[in-house]
Amino acid sequence: MNERSRLAPEPMPRRDFLGLSAMTSALVALLFAGIGMMRLPKAAVLPSPSRRFRVQLPESLADGEAYVPPGRAVAFYRRGDTVYAMSTICTHLGCVVRPTASGFDCPCHGSRFGPDGAVLKGPAPKALPWLQVRAIGRNAYVVDEGRTVPSGTVVQA
Amino acid sequence: MSRGQGMAQFLDNLKAAPRRFAESAWRSGTPNTDRSRSSFVFGNVFLHLHPVRTHRWSLRWSTTWGLGIASVSAFLITLVTGVLLMFYYKPYPDVAYDAIKDIHFVVPTGRFIRNLHRWAGNIMAVSVLLHMARTFYTAAYRKPREFNWVVGMVLLVVTLGLAFTGYLLPWDQLAYWAITIGANIAQSPREVTDALGMTAVFDPGGLQKLLLLGSEDVGAEALIRFYLLHVMILPLVLVLLIAVHFWRIRKDGGLTRPEDADRRVGGPAGIHPSFTEAPQKTYHLAAVVRGRTAAVGRGPEGTVPAMPHLFYAEMAALMLTVFVCLLLSLLIDAPLKELANPSVPENPAKAPWYFLGLQELVSFSAFMGGIGIPAIVILGLALIPYLDRETTGTGEWFGGPGGGRLVAGSAVFGLAAVLLVETFAIRLGWIREWWLAAPQILITLVNPGTVLTLIYALYSIWLVRRHQSGRAGALGLFTCFLCGFVVLTIIGTWFRGPNWGFYWSRAHWPGH
Ligand code: HEM
Ligand code: FES
Repeated sequence: MNERSRLAPEPMPRRDFLGLSAMTSALVALLFAGIGMMRLPKAAVLPSPSRRFRVQLPESLADGEAYVPPGRAVAFYRRGDTVYAMSTICTHLGCVVRPTASGFDCPCHGSRFGPDGAVLKGPAPKALPWLQVRAIGRNAYVVDEGRTVPSGTVVQA
Repeated sequence: MSRGQGMAQFLDNLKAAPRRFAESAWRSGTPNTDRSRSSFVFGNVFLHLHPVRTHRWSLRWSTTWGLGIASVSAFLITLVTGVLLMFYYKPYPDVAYDAIKDIHFVVPTGRFIRNLHRWAGNIMAVSVLLHMARTFYTAAYRKPREFNWVVGMVLLVVTLGLAFTGYLLPWDQLAYWAITIGANIAQSPREVTDALGMTAVFDPGGLQKLLLLGSEDVGAEALIRFYLLHVMILPLVLVLLIAVHFWRIRKDGGLTRPEDADRRVGGPAGIHPSFTEAPQKTYHLAAVVRGRTAAVGRGPEGTVPAMPHLFYAEMAALMLTVFVCLLLSLLIDAPLKELANPSVPENPAKAPWYFLGLQELVSFSAFMGGIGIPAIVILGLALIPYLDRETTGTGEWFGGPGGGRLVAGSAVFGLAAVLLVETFAIRLGWIREWWLAAPQILITLVNPGTVLTLIYALYSIWLVRRHQSGRAGALGLFTCFLCGFVVLTIIGTWFRGPNWGFYWSRAHWPGH
């Protein structure tokens, strides 16, 4: 066996090497198990009810008056011979806004929106999103809460 | 051996069984000498988190005001009452509300247990906050207790998490809308990512909300998640961390005390360590003899045995907490509103009171009020012991350069600043009211919450320069934030009505 220089590093004893690899493999396993477990709570399929539904606008709905189907967070407007819809979920922190004469008021922190959904008063950071609407018959429409469209997108009544 | 002898022996054993059982359980005899008092403590799995001897400085009420023990006591009450509530509670949206109604109106003692659980939870939040204030003001976070302060911060966050998750369980209007707002606060980093136009590729806010609710809105998935967090995960974490917290107190050499504590508590306590037998290893561990293990270089002069002195003091704090919780539960019923209605928000929709200060800030910017500023505050608090490496005033109330006068001055400054900023915002509105098209990022960066934080930070930097001391700055900053927190909480609780409008009293609320 060659004589080692005093300056050369000590060779690692076999026992230390085994211990070190056991330790490393345990840590790596723990890390991956952790990542795997973190994946579980992130739902792959959202259990929300279908966000698409049919709406029958009342015959008497006036021009520029909001119609909110019972139990839904969507407001419909008729303007001339066009129809459009927007979400009534406040863009601030998710309360349901109430239609007023001049647009919408949020009961939670006082945001106000115009009849086109634009922010009139904070703290809401952005306009109420418009939703995809399809006409399917006389005064009957299908709206999809899950699909937003650019503000100003209307359909022919 | 004759037959009669064996029988007599058996009868003797039978008679002695209760005594022997007690002996086998306790491992040591009656705690009447210093030796048996020590082994009473370290021979018991629950008590051995305690030191065997306690300094008399730690036993003075003015050292701790019993606030740490009050926190654990309140936690124990919520633990017991919580398990009882689980007998009837069902975490499903269509039955949860009825279950709570049954508990409240039908189950024998149900209302009382529910009240106890609710008020003990509140007392716990208050005492944890006050306990943090006391450890801060007595500079008890300093070396070697830095890490225990950080453990304490995590305990604070977990305590608030328990309160938040518990709030949803009754599934009434209050619960539903408070949690809707809370979940959307979790989503509020979108306020920033939207402004920067990168939500499509990087959306931490959406991920947080999804993890919290397991869905897009507050429903069955959210309820079961909150339930799991509230009855399993968070209590387990809390118990573990409390064990670490207590063990560290012992290992860090007991509670913080001034250098000259021995002199200030006066002469010997009257109960001296008595070395009746040859000292063993445990004597050294127990700091009965001079050693560097637990008492860190200090002799046992000013100390008394934990059994009974410390335990009696702890019992007193526990009983006081129990008394306050019982009184509240007999006098005030826990609230229960109508069944949750996802299409009509409660107006005003208020979170539990300890979050109303944040809700006040959130009403200017969701992200800054709900995530940005709380994160800055928690990070800042956690850093305190690593930035303040001074030694003057350790263990003294308001110890450090400036002392009580600096704290009083900071309180005046802190109150004035928060009242001014709030008055301004309530009277004149904020940026969006003057300039409708203002970019959101401007409001996120400049809003009453961030302005106030900046004012406090500048004031604290001024204090550091004036006193040439980081502790002076910390004293000022902590006091300012405490004042800000209290004022914002009071405004959120009593002066905010429908549509989060400002009202001098409830009588002025518009009927609805
Ligand atoms: C569930 C929450 C908590 C419980 C049950 C708890 C319990 C305790 C207890 C019983 C003590 C003994 C002294 C005393 O009663 O003051 C103590 C000491 C201490 N706690 Fe906590 N605590 C909690 C949260 C916190 C928080 C939020 C902080 C600060 C961020 C903190 C920091 C400390 C420190 C630094 C000490 C040592 C004090 C000294 O040496 O004088 N704890 N804790
Ligand atoms: S949720 Fe509408 S203003 Fe806050």
